[in-house]
Amino acid sequence: MYGLGLFKGLSITLKNLILVNRTNTIQYPDKKASILDLAKNEKKNLILYIIKNPLNTVKSFLGLISITQHAPQHPRFRGEEFSWYEERCTGCASCAKYCPLGIIKIVTDQTGKNYQEGQSYDIETFDIDIGRCMFCGLCVEACPYDALHMGSGFEESQYQRDNLVINVEKLKKTEKKPSHWFRPQLASKKDYSPFDDEVKWDSVGRHQKPTQKDLKNKWIRSDIE
Amino acid sequence: MSVNNELVTVNFGPQHPSMHGVFRMRVTLDGETIVDIEPVFGYLHRGTEKLTEERTYVQIVTLTDRLDYVASMSNNLAYVSAVEKLCSIEVPKRAKYIRVIVAELQRIASHLMATGFLLQDLGTFGTPLMYCFREREKILDLFEILCGARITLSYMRPGGIFQDTPNEFWSELETFMDNIPGQINELESLITGNEIVLSRTRNIGVLSPEDVINGSLSGPMLRASRVKWDLRKANAYEIYDELDFEIPIGATGDTFDRYLVRVKEMKESIKIINQCAKLIKPGPVRNEDVPLVIRAPENEAYAAVEGPKGELGFYLVSDGGISPYRCKIRAPSFMNLTLLKEMAIGGKIGDLIVNFGSIDIVLGEVDR
Repeated sequence: MYGLGLFKGLSITLKNLILVNRTNTIQYPDKKASILDLAKNEKKNLILYIIKNPLNTVKSFLGLISITQHAPQHPRFRGEEFSWYEERCTGCASCAKYCPLGIIKIVTDQTGKNYQEGQSYDIETFDIDIGRCMFCGLCVEACPYDALHMGSGFEESQYQRDNLVINVEKLKKTEKKPSHWFRPQLASKKDYSPFDDEVKWDSVGRHQKPTQKDLKNKWIRSDIE
Repeated sequence: MSVNNELVTVNFGPQHPSMHGVFRMRVTLDGETIVDIEPVFGYLHRGTEKLTEERTYVQIVTLTDRLDYVASMSNNLAYVSAVEKLCSIEVPKRAKYIRVIVAELQRIASHLMATGFLLQDLGTFGTPLMYCFREREKILDLFEILCGARITLSYMRPGGIFQDTPNEFWSELETFMDNIPGQINELESLITGNEIVLSRTRNIGVLSPEDVINGSLSGPMLRASRVKWDLRKANAYEIYDELDFEIPIGATGDTFDRYLVRVKEMKESIKIINQCAKLIKPGPVRNEDVPLVIRAPENEAYAAVEGPKGELGFYLVSDGGISPYRCKIRAPSFMNLTLLKEMAIGGKIGDLIVNFGSIDIVLGEVDR
């Protein structure tokens, strides 16, 4: 019968309209709060909450109250707040060399100090221009000492371009919440989540420092000198 | 009263609501009938091929994400296969399986988007598009679990993939695979029998097998015109020779067939993913002998994969340095676009947009 396919299609759209639990929209960053959400937020019994906050109850029925809701993320998320560990960084600038866009700028101590093997360079500048960063995570992959990690935030918008440059002071100050990206040792930690917990420098990396030979093999193929 | 019947030139794009991306067409019309089309493109030209000449082999993976940005995984796969061929790098078995799984997931995502936008071009205001996007979103979530990004993935590396899958990926994949056949069936029953869709797409933009072969088309465009050619069968790369799947072909080569072939291909992709998920075994996922900075021998290599839109190939020439001397990208969208003139001339202007939508182009790939 002509028009049957049309009605079949309309029945599907109607099914999707009526079955509310098939809604897939995530309200972000704010969500209209129902009375249940509010009671859950304050960790109180629903009836107790209604008795104590009659005004909020009326407001939530009218849809006037909203609560913050985070977009769902996964622990490997490559976010903006780079976690950098001063104690682990040797100033080798592997990250700067490996960055496809060349947006990491590292200046080490220029006084001509005589460094011994195993010592770290004194870092004067460590700038990451996240205004041009594409969050490919290759700098994290290149870091031989597990000093640089991706973060998990993504809400770092600024009014000025200059503010998008992360310098050493900012890197030192940021909360150290490294992402699982390219760090299997963090993924194997059972109770660690990059959205809540901070990690100290001594438990973030591999147990052993890579040797010179390891590094050479990582960077260039050993059969071609 | 005199009738004015001179030809009118209409400019579609680059910023036209019914255009995909920044493509521009100068259409000469006789009333509603199309007399001539002149495609103008290059508005999104970023010089990717030139940029590769100053980046190392691994850094170029990030550039390939931005070619066909609705199918980054396939681009990654095509590029790393070319590098592996150039430097004769071995890939671990587990990495091959994961690569096939993600490439097929990406094919489903890309075909969903193609179908959704074809219907958007037909004038359905958003409903099928939103159904398609709902499913695509779940695939992007799976990709986020795998590699921390949703669109610009940079997942693959010469010699494997960057890191093994997290444990929650397999359970999430299973839930997704349980749901997706029902969702595709729902989409199909919404569209395939619909009389309006049928009357708008049947016998519109018909391409004969001779046309598509002479135009060097590939992908669903080619298969809709009764040519049974798929690189996954013809040149079984990765592990496709171990898998059991079929190549769907169309009947007449019109716009409706191109839609139908895409839907059937999604079903075949589901079959492939289910097989891979069963066959996969634990093991290494990355060849540890491959250094971060690859110095390729003086050689040249061409590797192609069956991307969602067709044969996606990378031709690399090396002079022994750390970056390629020349990189040529065979972009399926660009090749498929060449027959737009044959499809559209003689038709009506309303069908032009439908024909254009059925090609499924991404301007990032056309202009490169």
